[in-house]
Amino acid sequence: MKKPESSTRRQFLRLAGGAAGLGAIPVVTLRPADATPEMLANAIRNVTGANVVHPGKIKLDIPPLVENGNTVPMTVSVASPMTPDDYVRSIHVFNEKNPQPNIGNFYLGARGGRVQISTRIRLADSQKIVAIAQLSDGSFWSTSVDVIVTLAACTEEVI
Amino acid sequence: MPSALINVPAKAKRGEIIEIKTLMSHIMETGYRRTATGEIIPRDIVTSFSCRYNGVEIFRMDLFPAIAANPFISFFIVAAESGKFEFDWIGDRGFSETASAFITVE
Repeated sequence: MKKPESSTRRQFLRLAGGAAGLGAIPVVTLRPADATPEMLANAIRNVTGANVVHPGKIKLDIPPLVENGNTVPMTVSVASPMTPDDYVRSIHVFNEKNPQPNIGNFYLGARGGRVQISTRIRLADSQKIVAIAQLSDGSFWSTSVDVIVTLAACTEEVI
Repeated sequence: MPSALINVPAKAKRGEIIEIKTLMSHIMETGYRRTATGEIIPRDIVTSFSCRYNGVEIFRMDLFPAIAANPFISFFIVAAESGKFEFDWIGDRGFSETASAFITVE
């Protein structure tokens, strides 16, 4: 008589364990070693909200083949007249596989004259870089570039 | 030793678009690296950079660990009037640096 009881108990435990396991999986995979494409999508959604992101207008210049991911020159530019009525409000740059999806946010004003920003970034792996510009009319424009990195940043040990 | 390097043209014509280049000496420790004994090195980065032109903010940037050590930032601005550029860097562990440059617009 005990047999069916124990088997249901076992089933229950298995089910409960399975459910707990399912719940735990996202937690486990959220280790800080990698930003997943979902994290990239979430980071982009945090900026754009429900707005449509159009391709174009923005340009991202990164060498397609990078030897050292610790310092990668990056230039982002937007074709904009930069008048008080039509200017670039902000630019957001994201990556796919660094520990965090964000690279940098740039906030500009109508007095910029030319939208061309250069900086140096770190890349932990060969991956896709996405840049999104928000114009003064609230529209979003994006571009992406694939970069191959031979020596990754972040992974080396400090002695 | 100055920790910031600023490159602003000393003179410009009115309406000319000029490039401003800045370099801040900073380790930009990501917080993801470990020592040989396996301990995580705490994050120590510059989190924010801004530039004011005669008191008006013209450029601001949020920095993340993905910005390389000694952050270099360059951008463009219309030289509208003579005056002062003020630069601010703010970061972890109370890091705060300022620098300034002057321009004569003819």
